[in-house]
Amino acid sequence: MLALDPAFLAVQALSGLSSASSLFITACGLTIVFGVTRIVNFAHGSLYMIGAYTAATLVPRLLELSFGPVTFWAGILASAIIVGLIGVIIEVLLLRRIYGAPELFQLLATFGIVLVVQDLVVQVFGPQDILGPRAPGLRAPVEILGRRFPSYELVLIAAGPIVLGLVWLLLRKTRFGVLVRAATQDRDMVASLGVNQALLFTGTLFLGAFLAGLGGALQIPRVSANTGMDLSIIAEAFVVTVVGGMGSVPGAFLAALIIGQLQAFGILIFPKSTLVVVFLLMAVVLAIRPHGFFGRAEIVGGTHAVGIASRSPLPGRHFILLVVIAVLAAFPLVADAYLLKVATEILIFALFAFSLQLLIGVGGVVSFGHAAFFGLGAYGAALAVKWYGVSMEAALPLGLALAALGAGLVGAFVVRLSGIYLAMMTLAAAQILYAVAFQWVEVTGGDNGIVGVWPSSWASGPIPYYLLTAALTVVAVLLLKRIIDAPFGYSLRAARDSESRAEAIGLKVRQHRWLAFMIAGAAAGLAGGIYAFSRGSVDPSLLGISTSVDALTMLLLGGIQTMMGPLVGAAALHGLRDWIMPLTPLWRLLLGLSIIAMVLIFPRGLVGTVRDWWGART
Amino acid sequence: MATTSAIRWRAPAWLALGAALALGAPATQAQQTPIKIGELNSYAQWAAFTVPYRNGWQMALDEINAKGGVLGRKIEIVSRDDGATTGSATRVADELVSREGVSLLFGSFLSNVGVAMADYANQKKIVYIAAEPLTDAVTMAQGNRYTFRVRPNNFMQVGMLVDQAKASGAKRWAIVAPNYEYGQSAASVFKRLIQERVPGAQIVTEQYPALGKIEAGATASAIEQAKPDGIFNVLFGPDLTQFVREGNTRGLFEDTTVLSLLTGEPEWLLPLKDEVPEGWTVTGYPWDEIKEPKHKAFIDAYRAKYNDTPRLGSLLGYMVMTMIRDSIERAGSTETDAIIKALEDAKFDTVIGPVTMRGIDNQSTMGAWVGKLVLKGAAGGMTGWTYKDGASFMPTEAEVKTVRKD
Repeated sequence: MLALDPAFLAVQALSGLSSASSLFITACGLTIVFGVTRIVNFAHGSLYMIGAYTAATLVPRLLELSFGPVTFWAGILASAIIVGLIGVIIEVLLLRRIYGAPELFQLLATFGIVLVVQDLVVQVFGPQDILGPRAPGLRAPVEILGRRFPSYELVLIAAGPIVLGLVWLLLRKTRFGVLVRAATQDRDMVASLGVNQALLFTGTLFLGAFLAGLGGALQIPRVSANTGMDLSIIAEAFVVTVVGGMGSVPGAFLAALIIGQLQAFGILIFPKSTLVVVFLLMAVVLAIRPHGFFGRAEIVGGTHAVGIASRSPLPGRHFILLVVIAVLAAFPLVADAYLLKVATEILIFALFAFSLQLLIGVGGVVSFGHAAFFGLGAYGAALAVKWYGVSMEAALPLGLALAALGAGLVGAFVVRLSGIYLAMMTLAAAQILYAVAFQWVEVTGGDNGIVGVWPSSWASGPIPYYLLTAALTVVAVLLLKRIIDAPFGYSLRAARDSESRAEAIGLKVRQHRWLAFMIAGAAAGLAGGIYAFSRGSVDPSLLGISTSVDALTMLLLGGIQTMMGPLVGAAALHGLRDWIMPLTPLWRLLLGLSIIAMVLIFPRGLVGTVRDWWGART
Repeated sequence: MATTSAIRWRAPAWLALGAALALGAPATQAQQTPIKIGELNSYAQWAAFTVPYRNGWQMALDEINAKGGVLGRKIEIVSRDDGATTGSATRVADELVSREGVSLLFGSFLSNVGVAMADYANQKKIVYIAAEPLTDAVTMAQGNRYTFRVRPNNFMQVGMLVDQAKASGAKRWAIVAPNYEYGQSAASVFKRLIQERVPGAQIVTEQYPALGKIEAGATASAIEQAKPDGIFNVLFGPDLTQFVREGNTRGLFEDTTVLSLLTGEPEWLLPLKDEVPEGWTVTGYPWDEIKEPKHKAFIDAYRAKYNDTPRLGSLLGYMVMTMIRDSIERAGSTETDAIIKALEDAKFDTVIGPVTMRGIDNQSTMGAWVGKLVLKGAAGGMTGWTYKDGASFMPTEAEVKTVRKD
């Protein structure tokens, strides 16, 4: 019925074009910034959000002064320029200091900005969503084949190609553009030729942030500025830049066109799975072309890998282990119910972060979507309880199995990639699972999640459940540690430090990484399962970006180069969060600033810093 | 290692509590210590509703404590953000119950969070008063003896709207609802009631955009495509604003009967500014036209205290707080079983008149205002409205008995 009506199809295609245009303007800035600085800027979505908020606040005031189209468009432009200047500030204060850092640190630092901006936006613009004014002169719809279509959308459709043309002119016809293109090709060569890099990078950030702000400001007549804009646009902008090829402006344009149409018509075929479709496209494109449509292979080398170093085993480690186990076992004697709850959660997160250490610290596989397996474990257990009525004892292994299976599937795609594409692919995998959990309402309960996931009677109550968690965590961590110290772990380290040499001595790098992916996924799945029963419910946020970032932050806080780092990091971060969160509404601001501070000031983390200090003393 | 950090964490927590302890009375004078009540709501995510709601209960709390509190003790509310997700809310609730030692819980906004909280209350055997969550599940399928609700649920509010739909003659209905507990529940009640009460009515399309993620243009044109003569809307917040703007532009609401839940409440009406879709039949809160002296006094006091107009949330917060006070007074203690006894089938004298908490499903008889949207100056309001008492719209006792598990 739907497919036969040409007017409807035309309107739907136009809707798709206008979202493609909006998406391109934003993603174009992201891809230019990446091309020059090689930083995947998570904060790009925040700049977009600031653009929307600024315009929604600024434009109505300007329109009160003098009403007319000129004022409206001048206000939009002014908002974009303001955002461009904010981009300059971010470059000078932060990005400039991390150009040489490993991808993981760059991603986390820019995610720190995301957290800071989320709280600042509420402080500056207030908690309410702000609906901007309509564009003067564009309020009335136009008739297209007998259907009304908003005329502002037509302007948006034109805006995309106009921006593409202007950016093309800028890159082709100006000296700045020549330098940007040169830096995208070979950054070091540009530097050797005596180009003022600082100015070039600052200029690029201004351009990127300006485009993000413009993208946001152009949305105000159709979308109210709200605090969820940043993460929803950044996920889509990532898809566009990755599918188009990182650093390629025409690639971004093509990818945006495809995604816009996919969304417009996807809503007809799969009305409830629009989120999945977009990320599925990215997964398919990366599986076929590992560098997107027009992307180039990155220079592969071991230079960017950070991870645990090999050390001689500590004397008396068996004794320390026994003490730790004794302390864990005796803890219920001194702690009240709430403290036990916190301790249980810390143990769960410790296992989660430790499983990520196997991937990143040992394998050099920078996963930005580890929440996928934590969430799979939790959902696997909860679904088993909900649909098959199984007990906790059976549900936990089922959750673990589901996570391992998922990791096997995702890993098969991921191990073919490297560097930033790999990180983006893991992020995409986690987002697909998030979308499935969010939109497959009949099975997963969607936003409602699944409630009533309580432990068996022998394990319910704070003390038995704490002891169960402690036992499972200790066993799992010891097993993982054994794996890390085994020849298998050393092969992973070899591949992390030099892939080509590892291959030359006959190591099957991909198979090893794939296996590591499944082991890490299974361990994260176990943690997720225990977590589900400790809360009594699961919801899609377990699979969300912030859960992945939690694990990465714990890893970084504890110290990525040490074996015990993630365990300490989990305790420190979760303990701190539990202490500070009830005291201040600005928790995200604090967390964001601490992440940035950690990246800048002590990238070795707590355990690494203490060990260095100890080493220097003795 | 994990445990040492956890112990270290404890010291600052005690420091933070230190101030409260230093000011409070020593433990021997137990009757002088305040009664602690836990409150949690989505203050960051759904500020439009919850901040006026907090103002409401804060105002009632100030009045109660100025009169000496209840049972000779002051009331202290420990308020937290519930994070607007099920997992986060039950976690916060756990903190309130096991660390703060609160006597009962109230609050939460989203229906899915309400269902999770009901499950939590049942598991931990603590009273939870769902202030805002509207899904029927909280008092029906997922209901339990620990969970109470003050606002009229979906079944009641949809029932009020469907009665208004009969006169319009609309038969081809479209449904647009957010795809989570509240929207799903409202849509299924509507489908049932419209077919029971309006002969020949049929549903021609159903659109379920994800909460907070509507593609308004595509949704509006998909509804337009089905050529309905009536639309039932459950959207609220940013989704509603975008949907109304796209619908207005495309002429979707012209010559169409629109029934809309909650849209007459100032919290959702004000952001629409002058684009209010006139003529929609809605449930809401026409505070500016209310004349009953007691209610008027509340509105005036609220405006004087906060220098802002009341929202429905303000009224609800105020009512819930006073009902909690009355229950504790009648219970004579803060024991869970005593409070449950004091709540079941209890009559409360509130600012909107008498309200009963029906014992069989723990649902109060608070009603809703039903009228049509109209543009008043630069913003929207309601016209031709009546207050419908909840008692005549509640599900029958037989229906409750077949659905509830307890």
